[in-house]
Amino acid sequence: MAINVKLMKRPERDVSYLRASLKGMAITFRHLVAPKWTMQYPEQKSTDDYTISQRWRGTHRMLTDEQGRAKCVACGLCPQICPANCIKLVPGEDEEGHRYPLIYEIDEFRCVFCGYCQEVCPEEAIHVGVHYENSEYQRGRFVYDLERLCAQTHPVSTLWDPSDPRGE
Amino acid sequence: MTPELKGYLLVSVIKLVVVFFTLLVGVAFVTWLERRVAAWIQNRLGPNRVGPQGLLQPMADGLKNFVKEETLPAQADKTLFLLAPGLAFVPSLVLFAVIPFAAPFPLSFDFSLPLLGQFAYAGPMPMIVADVSIGLLFILAVSSLAVYGIVIAGWASGNKYSFLGGLRSCAQMISYEIALGMSIVTVLILTGSVGLTHVVAYQQQTVWFVFSLTLGFVLFAISALAENNRLPFDLPEAEAELVGGYHTEYSSMRFAMFFLAEYGALITMSALMATLFFGGWDIPFTAWDQGEPSVLKSLATLVVFVGKTFFFVFWYIWVRWTLPRFRYDQLMGLGWKIMLPVALAYIMLIATAVWAFDALGLADGALYGLALFGVNLVALFIVFRVLDSGRLIGQQYVRREGSA
Repeated sequence: MAINVKLMKRPERDVSYLRASLKGMAITFRHLVAPKWTMQYPEQKSTDDYTISQRWRGTHRMLTDEQGRAKCVACGLCPQICPANCIKLVPGEDEEGHRYPLIYEIDEFRCVFCGYCQEVCPEEAIHVGVHYENSEYQRGRFVYDLERLCAQTHPVSTLWDPSDPRGE
Repeated sequence: MTPELKGYLLVSVIKLVVVFFTLLVGVAFVTWLERRVAAWIQNRLGPNRVGPQGLLQPMADGLKNFVKEETLPAQADKTLFLLAPGLAFVPSLVLFAVIPFAAPFPLSFDFSLPLLGQFAYAGPMPMIVADVSIGLLFILAVSSLAVYGIVIAGWASGNKYSFLGGLRSCAQMISYEIALGMSIVTVLILTGSVGLTHVVAYQQQTVWFVFSLTLGFVLFAISALAENNRLPFDLPEAEAELVGGYHTEYSSMRFAMFFLAEYGALITMSALMATLFFGGWDIPFTAWDQGEPSVLKSLATLVVFVGKTFFFVFWYIWVRWTLPRFRYDQLMGLGWKIMLPVALAYIMLIATAVWAFDALGLADGALYGLALFGVNLVALFIVFRVLDSGRLIGQQYVRREGSA
């Protein structure tokens, strides 16, 4: 006998192993024929039961203005706040004195998807996206440059609203 | 060699090859079924990608196992380590040789080939690989051999978890083999023969043994679970306690051999349960299958036999995904303190009942079986009402007032 086995005092009618086993078998059989919960992923990406949250923070997207230029004014707030230090920004200035990013790169491998960049951005330019299919064949492809960030089309994340903390 | 001997050899070899490969395909199918049923019970779908409904998944698994690296632990006893998977694999498949799987097949031929000479075979061909007259004894003997593969694997791995697994399987299989053998003895008492073809024939003439030997069937089914190391008796593997038990150190095809052995034994045990207690290939409620052999009868009875076997395979899987694992002392307590005494008492009961019925002049037949069924109902009531209330397994479960 193993040591320290706790013997429990239970009413006798509750310790019928046969009845307990049969009950268990019935339960598993009910589950056997019950409808399944599996989502057939590549074919089926979203159903009523499985939708991705609007507050999902995935890979980034840079919004553009009407002329197709990035909205970014290279203020430098996002690299400043980024806790993972994954944003590389080199600002430039055109003849009229408008600032724009010469280089804007996000290393998605370093990124922790906190969403601070979106929160801090005064121009609502950089966003984290509601998006999760990010496979690439090379590691280098995970450093998204400005062109790539602007070319993304997926929806952007809705940030946490203090007046609606549960996202309702 | 005489033409008859050559014809017999030819038929035997063909049967052997066909049954062997069918069994292996069956094993592959059962591994797939296990995963699907496990998934269904957990409200999932299971492997359904490779081939239609995932049916080719076992092929993919096999291919993977073939190309994987084979490891040999530095601490291992090399010879035994390499020998063990084979020792586990062979008995599980050999056991099927003595199980009749269909009504006799009308086959007789007499032809001659160049160089090989004349072949002759006078049918009908019994649908059993080896119609040995010692069927039940053969089953007991060979199923005991299966423990060697596991024990040797556990010992030779040079790993304490494997060793514990081997040790457990040794204790467990030997304990439950006794109850298994004892439950078969009741079949023997009624049939008066150890050949499985006789067992099937006897059940066709009277009733299935599940009615006349209900408690024997219950004992056999529980022991069979333990013999195959299936949950709730999977202590030799006990992945939560012993990593993987006896096959922890095995990889690639050697691991797959243990896997094949396990599922091969599962199919064989299911077929055995169908044969011993559910009439084998007998089609219920009709005597049509017992007459003159014909191809149609053979095929129909084969389908029925496969169906019965499949039911027990499914039952095995169903039990596995329902019941949790026993504690070691509970396992031993159940084996020695409950199963063995009950089996022994049951043999006495059946022997007495048979003696009494014979003294009363009750003829062999359906009435005889039904009278035994009545005896069994009483025995079942006693076992499950009296033994099952609070102290069936291991130590006394309910501590009585004042005894502590």
